[in-house]
Amino acid sequence: MPAGAIAMTVLVASLLALIAGANPFATLGLIVKGAVGSKLALLETLNRATPLIFTGLAIAVAFRAKLWNIGAEAQLYAGAILTVLLGTGALSAPLVLPVSALAAMAAGALVLLGPALLKTRLGVDEVVTTLLLNFVMLLFVGYLLEGPMKDPMGMGWPKSPSLDREARLPRIVTGLRLHWGFGIAIIAAVIVWFIQARTTLGFQIRAVGQNRDAARFAGMPVNTVLVKTALLSGGLAALAGWSEVAGLKGHLSSDLSPGFGYTGIVVAMLALLHPLGVVVSALFVAAIFVGSDSMSRAAGVPTYIADMLLATALLLMVLALALTRYRVVWK
Amino acid sequence: MSDLVNILISVSFWAAAIRIASPLIFATMGELICERAGVLNLGIEGIMVAGAFAGWMAVYLGAPLPIGVAVAMLTGMGFGALHALLTVPFGLSQHVVGIGITMLATSSSYFAYRLALPEVTSPPRITPFQPLDIPILSDIPLLGPALFSQTAMTWLAFAVAGLTWLVLFRTPLGLAVRAAGENPGAVEAQGLSVTALRMGAVIVGSGLMAVGGSFLTLSAFSSFFFEMVNGRGWICIALVVFGMWKPGKAVLGALLFAGFDALQIRLQQTPLGAHVPYQVFLMAPYLLSILALILMSRRAEVPAALMVPYNKGER
Repeated sequence: MPAGAIAMTVLVASLLALIAGANPFATLGLIVKGAVGSKLALLETLNRATPLIFTGLAIAVAFRAKLWNIGAEAQLYAGAILTVLLGTGALSAPLVLPVSALAAMAAGALVLLGPALLKTRLGVDEVVTTLLLNFVMLLFVGYLLEGPMKDPMGMGWPKSPSLDREARLPRIVTGLRLHWGFGIAIIAAVIVWFIQARTTLGFQIRAVGQNRDAARFAGMPVNTVLVKTALLSGGLAALAGWSEVAGLKGHLSSDLSPGFGYTGIVVAMLALLHPLGVVVSALFVAAIFVGSDSMSRAAGVPTYIADMLLATALLLMVLALALTRYRVVWK
Repeated sequence: MSDLVNILISVSFWAAAIRIASPLIFATMGELICERAGVLNLGIEGIMVAGAFAGWMAVYLGAPLPIGVAVAMLTGMGFGALHALLTVPFGLSQHVVGIGITMLATSSSYFAYRLALPEVTSPPRITPFQPLDIPILSDIPLLGPALFSQTAMTWLAFAVAGLTWLVLFRTPLGLAVRAAGENPGAVEAQGLSVTALRMGAVIVGSGLMAVGGSFLTLSAFSSFFFEMVNGRGWICIALVVFGMWKPGKAVLGALLFAGFDALQIRLQQTPLGAHVPYQVFLMAPYLLSILALILMSRRAEVPAALMVPYNKGER
């Protein structure tokens, strides 16, 4: 069924290319070539996948407990702010990277803690609160970049000062544009998989997600589990901001994330919320984005084709999942 | 303080409040209809984008303004039909489908815009709806120009709100729709189809959301640009909760909200605005919506079957 969903998505892609007046096969070919066709393209895809693995994991963890965290975007920026705060002279060499990672996670967790408490204490729907916080956070970042965190050397460009050299994530192989954020993202996926599959918390998260009332009846502290899930999810999303700033950009700007928080939802759903699957689907999604960018320059099909394809893939995937639950019985 | 008074007695403030409320009223009514029938429609944000784009594009290509509104509505109904199909008969997660519809509607609008106008730097303009000056009434001081110099679409917004109340609370159809959101089993026992009622509500509601979006391009501004809906859809979801799923209270909520929005824009120009960063003012609408949700959380009378898929014959 998931294979069927992907086949359908390819069909939609061809259709969109036709509408745009391009040759569908050539367009698809250009997307694939732009994503994995050269060493440079492949590295770009891996780099793009890194934040998506983090946000995908954040969403996968939360959605598993049916905690609808649509605010990964805000949590990502919270992490990025802390990374800049600690990485521009506040701390030095061996400490700065681990401490800024932990502080970023704490900030992201805190951003999601609010909506989680509002949900468990007052029954306020977390979808709307997390969504609205994304807008608040982006304005807050805008304020920081024009005020307290403004780069004095930025020539009026709204960006933060750049991180110190020792606050940057090193590259995995010298000379290749791929930073350790990617490696850490994969390690994070394995850790999340371990938590979900092998620990009591993981079991509780699944139980709460499958049937909240039954979990409560079985004596599980449902609200505590939801809050713990929120802290984990917010922390993971913040790592996306941490790795983008410390590994790739080196500074904070208000276009740090082109919607990584929202795309994380697609990544997580395509992975069927499985933490290790998130790595694969993040690579797939990143390939579509990187490939579409390069195809758009060559074939003139608007780059928004990538977002359309992913939205289509998301809807088809949930549909495919539901259909596998039904079976046709011949009588 | 005197700045605040000056703002509150200015005509432009009241006119702006009503203008800002208009798209919210359309979309809030749309969401309210969906939720009354038991379906949370998170496609609202994207459907508003699609409505803003489709309505504008139709007029840009030469259609008269009312046709633009109709095109927006049909576009919204199309996305609504997709949402309804996936969430009602298939019973898929309303959260995930809604987010998916928002992504699909937004990206396809942007895709189509770029396809139609590949090389524009400044967005092209159309001639939007003009204010209708109602003779005599618009001469009343303060309220006159504010209330009676709005465009036809604002009038339509209030008419839609009245109609929504009338249909939902004074007709058998409205009773059936509300029952589908409260106790679908009872609706089925009456021989009515829950599936048809819910799908109909989502399709009609989505049409209204798109009309709300088209207000932005056909009445408030004269061009379409990216990110123009800017969270208004999510705010409407908060307004439905704030209005306790009642059309009248939701309209009041929209007006109150729009009043605060018009106020924060004007406060930015006062000495207060020189001391407080403008981002704080821009945050106010979103923070206010969250506050509204918190205040209403205790009193909310949520439709009992909201977000519960209905499977015929299942107990």
